[in-house]
Amino acid sequence: MSATPPLPNWADIFVLPVLNLLAAFFICGLIVLAVGENPVTALGVMVKGAFVYPGSLGYTLYYTTNFMFTGLAVAVAFHAMMFNIGGEGQAYIGGLGAGFVSLWLAPALPAIFVLPLAVAGAALFGAAWGIVPGYLQAKRGSHIVITTIMFNFIAASVMVWLLAGPLIEVGQMSPQTPKFAPAGQLPSMQSFLNLFGIEIASSPLNLSFLVAVLALLGFWVLIWHTRLGFEIRTVGQNPDAAHYAGINVPQVVIVTLAISGALAGLMATNEVLGVQHRVVLNFTGGYGFTGIAVALMGRNHPVGIFLASLLFGALYQGGAELDFEFQSITREMVLLIQGMIILFSGALAYMFNPPLARLISALTFKRSKANV
Amino acid sequence: MSDFAFQLLLTFDATIRLAAPLILCAMAGIFSERSGVIDISLEGKMLAAAFVAAAVAHLAGSPWLGVLAAVAASVILALVHGFACITHRGNQVVSGLAINILASGLTVTIGIALFRQGGQTPPLAQGERFRPIEWWFVDSLGQVPVLGPVYKELISGHNELVYIALAAVPLAAWLLYRTRFGLRIRAVGEVPEAVDSAGVSVYWLRYRAVILAGVLCGFAGAYLSTGQGAGFVREMSAGKGYIALAAVIFGKWRPVPAMLACLMFGFLEAGAARLQGVDLPLIGAAPVQLMLALPYIMTVLLLAGFIGRASPPAAIGEPYIK
Repeated sequence: MSATPPLPNWADIFVLPVLNLLAAFFICGLIVLAVGENPVTALGVMVKGAFVYPGSLGYTLYYTTNFMFTGLAVAVAFHAMMFNIGGEGQAYIGGLGAGFVSLWLAPALPAIFVLPLAVAGAALFGAAWGIVPGYLQAKRGSHIVITTIMFNFIAASVMVWLLAGPLIEVGQMSPQTPKFAPAGQLPSMQSFLNLFGIEIASSPLNLSFLVAVLALLGFWVLIWHTRLGFEIRTVGQNPDAAHYAGINVPQVVIVTLAISGALAGLMATNEVLGVQHRVVLNFTGGYGFTGIAVALMGRNHPVGIFLASLLFGALYQGGAELDFEFQSITREMVLLIQGMIILFSGALAYMFNPPLARLISALTFKRSKANV
Repeated sequence: MSDFAFQLLLTFDATIRLAAPLILCAMAGIFSERSGVIDISLEGKMLAAAFVAAAVAHLAGSPWLGVLAAVAASVILALVHGFACITHRGNQVVSGLAINILASGLTVTIGIALFRQGGQTPPLAQGERFRPIEWWFVDSLGQVPVLGPVYKELISGHNELVYIALAAVPLAAWLLYRTRFGLRIRAVGEVPEAVDSAGVSVYWLRYRAVILAGVLCGFAGAYLSTGQGAGFVREMSAGKGYIALAAVIFGKWRPVPAMLACLMFGFLEAGAARLQGVDLPLIGAAPVQLMLALPYIMTVLLLAGFIGRASPPAAIGEPYIK
């Protein structure tokens, strides 16, 4: 291979993701064009739907909350060079943990006790669903990708069985639990801000957004400012070197998957505790998979993950608007954009790397020659 | 013939119909993974193929044209996978996932643009889909005790694509174990350096394996929408690609054992459908969800070495750098 000059750091962090994003949008634009609609108009409708209409920002941030959790879940595993594709299942089981606490404790105890326990329940159940694949990878050598895929399906079966059977609301046909007592419901952002005299439009946005922001901060501290974070990154860079340096590699793998599962499980605080106020079938809605796109796009860094979550939040909320405005394009457009983003910023991440590096080095070379 | 035996026979018959797409996808997965390319995009390729088969069969009025178009669509997605994983050495799992999500979005988007039916294709008429083929002398031979019903229900009365799926297994085994191409595919998944130093292109071999996987997934998808069903319904692959992947692992990346795994998984699905809401003696309500989850549970147990051992091709998941 011809020697490619190294890509400067700033280009790697800023230019490359933007380039990948533009490529994804460009191809989706072509598809919109092929379907017979104007891609620029479609984009305008999505932006308006995501940010401009009253209450739309709340909806966008509500989706963003989900993606912050699932994006962080994927990212923490990526730091240990593991691919946790099971965020969907971990979030689903996390909802069960939150649901148990809220169903059983909310009628008896005040919200100040119930809600923290319910949030912990979501994290704990998600972590448990992540630990098993982690253990199997660390101790029995089964591939984490395959195991977590299988665990998604097992989680789906468990939940169908529970929601249609033991946990179903008595006298109801639809597979869902009874509604939680008020003490088990996370307050909406609207009612919370009202306490301080701030008026905002009604939306599903709730206090779990603050939990997600705390998770972002916690992630940053964990990965770059703790011993465990250092061990996680070392195992990711080179497990042999980590072992030689005295790090208990299997233990780090298991703990990482537990953290990853817990973060995914926390997604249930938004959907189950904050919005539905009961455990419903398929409340995870594919957000676990979107977390993979978020982590790839956000380069496994909290700031990047927040921006990518916001992007996907806007896409989901704006995409819903497409249904009303157009005949031939619907919110499924968003899946297309999501797939393209995963393709370009994940699988084809290095496609633009060599040409961009060559371009930048040619430009800087000319400038340095001119200076002489 | 007793009623129970006849019920069992009908369940076996349903097993074959449910296992056919799994078998085709599993053979696809074997070729791709044996060459060293992880393929979790069996699901997406099958979904895209199902849509294209139904759409083309409806518009052109011929199921065979539908199959042809389905294979083409599936191969295009396979080439995207190859371009990302082989040419650009991207992460194979990420690429597969992208293709699955793309297929979900594309099928519905194009479906709505073409037919305005919420992402479905119009129901296919008689001539636009595959019909069961009655074998010779079914009516007279069906009267023979024991073997007669087996011949009539189990062997006869499936459509062309089922027989193609069953034929794909010996064909795949022959290709993989008895031809030079197969030897090289197996080698390139274990020690690509050796293949390269023998002067054979690693990239081209892997591309051919991936394309072959695309062809097989194309047939599987066409079966779903024009053989088993009569039209495309959104998300109609419903995780079958992942079950096929489980079968590949269960069959330890070998065609005949993988087919047996597909038949077992198909039998569980057929049984679960038959036992829905039935009370069994001793157990009570039939554990339908457990039966449906059993393929995944067994695959996890197998991979963890609790029941036997499955070790993947040595070079799987690793891009080759010349």
